Amino acid sequence: MLKLNKNIAISDTGYVFDPSIGESYTLNPIGLEIVELLKANKTDNEIKSIILERYDVDDATFERYYIDFTGMLKNYQLAKDE
Amino acid sequence: MEKLKFERPFIKKITTGLPAKFGMKNRIEVVNNIDGLPVEELMNDYGSPVFVISERTLRQTISEARLAFSTRYPLVQFAWSYKTNYLDAVCRVFHQEGSWAEVVSIFEYKKALQNGVPGAQIIFNGPDKSAEDLELAINNNSLIHIDHFDELYMLAELSKKTQKKSKVAIRVNMDTGIYPQWDRFGFNYENGEAWEALNRILLNQHLDLVGLHTHIGTYITSPSAYRTAASKLANLVVEIRNKYNHAIQYIDMGGGFASQNTLRGSYLQGYDAAPSFDEYADAISSALINSAIRPDSLPLLILETGRALVDNAGYLLTSVLANKRLADGRRATIIDAGVNILFTSFWYDHTISPTRFDNDHTEETTIYGPLCMNIDCIRPAIVLPLLKKGDRLVVQRVGAYNMTQWLQFITMRPNIVLIDTHGKTHLIRKGETVETIKQQEQLPKHLE
Amino acid sequence: MSRKPVTIAVTGLNNIDSPGPGIPVIRGLRESAFFEPRIVGLAYEKLEPGIFMHDLVDKTYMVPYPSEGSNALIERVLEIHRQEKIDVLIPNFDAELYAFMKSAEVLRKAGIATFLPTIAQFEERHKSNLPEYGERYGLDIPKSQAVGTLEELEKAVKEYDFPVMIKGKYYDAYIVQNLQQAQNYFFKISAKWGTPVIVQEYIIGTELNVTALGDGEGNTTGAVAMRKTYITDKGKAWGGITIDEPRLLDITNKVMQQTKWRGGMEIEMIKSNDKIYIIEINPRIPAWVYLAVGAGQNHPEALAKLALGMKVEPFESYEVGKMFVRYSYDMIVSIKELEKLTINGEL
Repeated sequence: MLKLNKNIAISDTGYVFDPSIGESYTLNPIGLEIVELLKANKTDNEIKSIILERYDVDDATFERYYIDFTGMLKNYQLAKDE
Repeated sequence: MEKLKFERPFIKKITTGLPAKFGMKNRIEVVNNIDGLPVEELMNDYGSPVFVISERTLRQTISEARLAFSTRYPLVQFAWSYKTNYLDAVCRVFHQEGSWAEVVSIFEYKKALQNGVPGAQIIFNGPDKSAEDLELAINNNSLIHIDHFDELYMLAELSKKTQKKSKVAIRVNMDTGIYPQWDRFGFNYENGEAWEALNRILLNQHLDLVGLHTHIGTYITSPSAYRTAASKLANLVVEIRNKYNHAIQYIDMGGGFASQNTLRGSYLQGYDAAPSFDEYADAISSALINSAIRPDSLPLLILETGRALVDNAGYLLTSVLANKRLADGRRATIIDAGVNILFTSFWYDHTISPTRFDNDHTEETTIYGPLCMNIDCIRPAIVLPLLKKGDRLVVQRVGAYNMTQWLQFITMRPNIVLIDTHGKTHLIRKGETVETIKQQEQLPKHLE
Repeated sequence: MSRKPVTIAVTGLNNIDSPGPGIPVIRGLRESAFFEPRIVGLAYEKLEPGIFMHDLVDKTYMVPYPSEGSNALIERVLEIHRQEKIDVLIPNFDAELYAFMKSAEVLRKAGIATFLPTIAQFEERHKSNLPEYGERYGLDIPKSQAVGTLEELEKAVKEYDFPVMIKGKYYDAYIVQNLQQAQNYFFKISAKWGTPVIVQEYIIGTELNVTALGDGEGNTTGAVAMRKTYITDKGKAWGGITIDEPRLLDITNKVMQQTKWRGGMEIEMIKSNDKIYIIEINPRIPAWVYLAVGAGQNHPEALAKLALGMKVEPFESYEVGKMFVRYSYDMIVSIKELEKLTINGEL
């Protein structure tokens, strides 16, 4: 399960600050929503069903971009698989 | 409840650099139609990728150029530079607009004849003209621009043989204060070589010196270089008159005007760096008018500008094939148009526009073509909206050189479509098929 | 007398070890006895220190780089103008001048005054055009050549005795002692700024600088000469002292008179034996302009007055022997400020 690092600060404007290395990031609204869900310890499947419920997107398309997005979170060392 | 519109989730690192004075950022400009025709529709009808040429832009641009020069100088003639784009439909638009033809090979020469250009309105430039080519040009009264002494002697001999005077000009190269100085074509001004050629022509009864030609370089952003070049040619006109009492009928300033494309590595955007036709016209006309040439014998001014007339009119419509991540997390986008059909991507940072941009989110990506070749990179770094497979992109300002220098390599060359001034589309060059390519091949018996 | 309220937009807030002139210009404006300025900072990057100097800069807006096209930059400035009503704009980067010069008329019509050289004036003093410039105006300039290939570099370098200077089109200059060094810097510079690279004769002597202001009609409104007393490894002055060398001012007057220069200018010169060579002309106020203010000539104030079409009496003199010593200073900034700047583009 993908886990967001604990100490990451996320503001409601989509501004992310990683205090462990001092980097800042911005998220688009859906990116912010996913990060908030990760922070609430939702699993990949839970996140998927919530997003599919709310947004006009099919399963396969979402999965493709979700993998890409979480890949970037891991790349930036904001989250890791546990 | 209605569902929200999906966009892909996205995170961007904030780079807090210092003003490096060399930013790579770009503004996003959406292009969803060409002359009012939706890009989507054009691509549905003619495939992807596809080149589109706007006849309206072609005609507008040439008339702007004509206006800039003819309001400043009494006698102006444009000659369409075939090598820049020799699609018949494009050439004929320019010929309809009054342009002569400027060609640099017998292939282009014959194309010009077939496009109905009278021989006397074809300027034959370049270092490669065979005896046969020259004879044809002499007989057609074409304007032959001599590039080197070997050509000069060959021409003298042919004229003597055919008993027909050749109409000639020499191409002069010179120092105009710009870098690099083009000295591989024609005869040098500063070291006296040009005079040596002129003396030989003027003393030869078979050659009729009608003009002087120069072409100082390509993508010249400083109009003052043209001012220098025009005054040097004007000096020659005056000195030829003094020494031989011979009147030069025209000065051909060649081409080299910059288009609005951005050169790779240039700090300024092309449309900021490129001078307007007015600026070029002002430099050239004022140099000629202020020269010592007598006002009643001002020569005709010929311009062979190609790039600046046609670049803006050409578009390449292409589709996103795939998105991927490079090893270090950077985004890469693969499109279905490669460097083989977009040759100019080697020296331009082409403007690539999305057909839609729904929110403010962008990311930096590398644009690769579809060829299985490492060099197939269209833009090393460009900021675009978040692209999805199948999204359409419009590469702007591709009218010059791409449709002549393109290669049939790995893939086949696509359709070219002209949008006429009434907004109607015409296929002006059919996309190649496997048969087109195979047609030229022959199989030896033992391999059949 | 009450001071005249005026809103002045200033770029170049990068008050770092190789500083932009923005903050020194603002200090000059703040000390004006004539103006009561509201300062609007225009920043290209989020860490330009001036953004966070709230006692000097009232509000800062992010603007797009000029490399994105002058349209984008000018549109953003006009958008800011609708909120701030900018009276005067003082650009301080070489790279942005082109965009602002080109759009001076558009800005003027919108009510934003500038006081900039013409594009022709700007172009002719370009490094690669300096030799012709010298010839045209009868000024001494070190010999130089523009080169684009290694062969040309080798040829050019051989014409001058070592050391020679290798310079980029826009920025960067290195002294080299042998061909190999020359080649190294050729690659370094051409990779960064493109070709041509400029090879220049090295003149041994003392480098002296003038910051000056031309009124656009051939008059020198102000001019202060100084020698750098300490130069950093980036070639920037870390200390300087005003000097009295009438010939420097004569050359400055000559340049102003002949070119009818409009706006700020920095002339870099070298005094060698008894000759004074011009090595570079920068088309804007230099970062050390506050020394001129300290020595009695408030050039930023005078520039703002000229932009507003007011008559400015030329400065007659300045105090010789005034020094400046630069220092760096760590400000404490909240990440909330960076967030605001990132999300809203203003602070």
